[in-house]
Amino acid sequence: MIRFESITKTYPDGTVAVDSLDLEAPSGQITVLVGPSGCGKTTSLRMINRMIEPTSGRIWLDDRDTGRIPAAELRRGIGYVIQHAGLFPHRTIIDNVATVPYLLGWDKKKARTRAAELLEQVGLPAHFAKRYPAQLSGGQQQRVGVARALAADPPVMLMDEPFSAVDPVVRDQLQDEFLRLQSELGKTIVFVTHDIDEAIKLGDQVAVLRVGGRLAQLATPAELLNRPVDAFVAGFVGRDRGYRALAFSTAGRLSTREEPTVRLGAPVPAGTDDADGWLLVVNDADEPQGWLKLGESGADGEVVTDAMLHRGGTLAHQGGSLRAALDAALSSPSGRGVVVEEDGRLAGSLTASEVLALIENPLPQPEPQP
Amino acid sequence: MILADSSSSSSPLHFWGYFLDHRAEDLRWLWDHTYLSLIPVVIGLVIALPLGWLSRRYGWLYPPMVSISGLLYTIPSIALFVMVPPLLGLKSLDPLQVPIALTVYSVALLVRVVADGLASVPEDVAQAATAVGYKRLSLLFRVELPIAVPVIAAGLRVATVSNVSMVAIAGTIGQENLGRLFDQGKQLSTTGPYYPPIVLGIVLCVLLALTFDLLIVFGTRMLTPWRRAVVGR
Repeated sequence: MIRFESITKTYPDGTVAVDSLDLEAPSGQITVLVGPSGCGKTTSLRMINRMIEPTSGRIWLDDRDTGRIPAAELRRGIGYVIQHAGLFPHRTIIDNVATVPYLLGWDKKKARTRAAELLEQVGLPAHFAKRYPAQLSGGQQQRVGVARALAADPPVMLMDEPFSAVDPVVRDQLQDEFLRLQSELGKTIVFVTHDIDEAIKLGDQVAVLRVGGRLAQLATPAELLNRPVDAFVAGFVGRDRGYRALAFSTAGRLSTREEPTVRLGAPVPAGTDDADGWLLVVNDADEPQGWLKLGESGADGEVVTDAMLHRGGTLAHQGGSLRAALDAALSSPSGRGVVVEEDGRLAGSLTASEVLALIENPLPQPEPQP
Repeated sequence: MILADSSSSSSPLHFWGYFLDHRAEDLRWLWDHTYLSLIPVVIGLVIALPLGWLSRRYGWLYPPMVSISGLLYTIPSIALFVMVPPLLGLKSLDPLQVPIALTVYSVALLVRVVADGLASVPEDVAQAATAVGYKRLSLLFRVELPIAVPVIAAGLRVATVSNVSMVAIAGTIGQENLGRLFDQGKQLSTTGPYYPPIVLGIVLCVLLALTFDLLIVFGTRMLTPWRRAVVGR
């Protein structure tokens, strides 16, 4: 647990970066600090490991006052990941990862064994060990940065915009893997970002800060989207927050309609009585592949091939969110959203108006998962 | 050599014959020249490291440090050689005269080089190093200086090579080194110009400078395998 106790940071020129901040980051959870530039989020983060000393107030790490722990000792017990990874260019990947173990005086063999484990854990091939940082892509460097922060297994991790310098596809992937890692490791994490979508995706709780370093709202992502405390938070969270909030509403068991299908490789059926002419194509495992527009390509009796398919639609999973269900319906060329079982087999379909009906009159359902 | 009486020819090309005739003396001067060029760079670097670090760490020190070292460099070397003994209470032609004067130049050049080298360490790397728990001294020696090696090595090349030429100037006021060959050339030019010792001095100085330069380039390569890895990406 990390606790800010009326922390203020004033710079010599009079700028107030953080203004009497009280905040608690619970153990084993991800607390995201988010806000526009100048809101003091990075300053707040760096006060935790004393890269910046507060002007007044105290920061507690469990029951220890961080101001009383020697800075270097404190930092070796806190993982730190920054935007451009900040890897040591003159050291190999494996030695970069082993940095903190070396500093803690582990013997070289043990430190390297541990570093090799971590490379694997963050999804990097073993032969990267002997390379230098400049030989890796930005996304790969960032994985090494995460591995380095985890090397001595610190209970606390500080992350300062770690994924914002990589391209969107890689960022999404890194975020997913980060959540997977965290579900295994259960670290106490403070994460800084300016991207509200990232905050909502990653945070167990999100602290929105306003310019001048004042806490505007501390809440779970769902609460933030549903009940922003004021106009600033509402504006910052964004215009389509209602739609995004659906991501936190589980749909329960969707009642879908049965969808006529045709198998890939089977002949196109002659005139179907389905009026709109869209037919769902599945493979041998009964997994949806795409839509076929009857009468558009291929004469009657021709074999259904990959090339004939319209693949526009996303898939919703049974037990997934209402947002995914609505998105499946809205993105489907036929207007019917495709729902699959957990194992990927077709469950059926439903339309956008059916999802809207569910939003207006939710099914009685068990407590949403935390 | 083909020429039987090589030392009597005044052709510039006969420097080799001159060398063979005065081998013991010339080799001794070459050796003197070698350590007189090198020692000031080594001592200069040792002094410049803390000064460069300070002017990097306390930004306000950098401009005066650079101005003062620039000014020192404008003092003609011959003047500095002559000034050192009276200023420090040494006798004329004291063996310390040359090393002390050249150390002043080396420090002047290298303070800036060290400060710029440390400034070449990317901000996020320095920040990450602090955040993982390096203390100030180990941060300098384990992270910042290794990354600054290419910049500092470039400065060392300049300092070493210019020292080779300045040591020679001390030879003309009587210090034992390759500069004495120029003095000899002048003294032997009684009836007409006598080139062999002068050309020999130039050739040996250039070879010495080239050797130092190659050694520093080679040493830099050994210390920075990570830079080649970047090129070979």
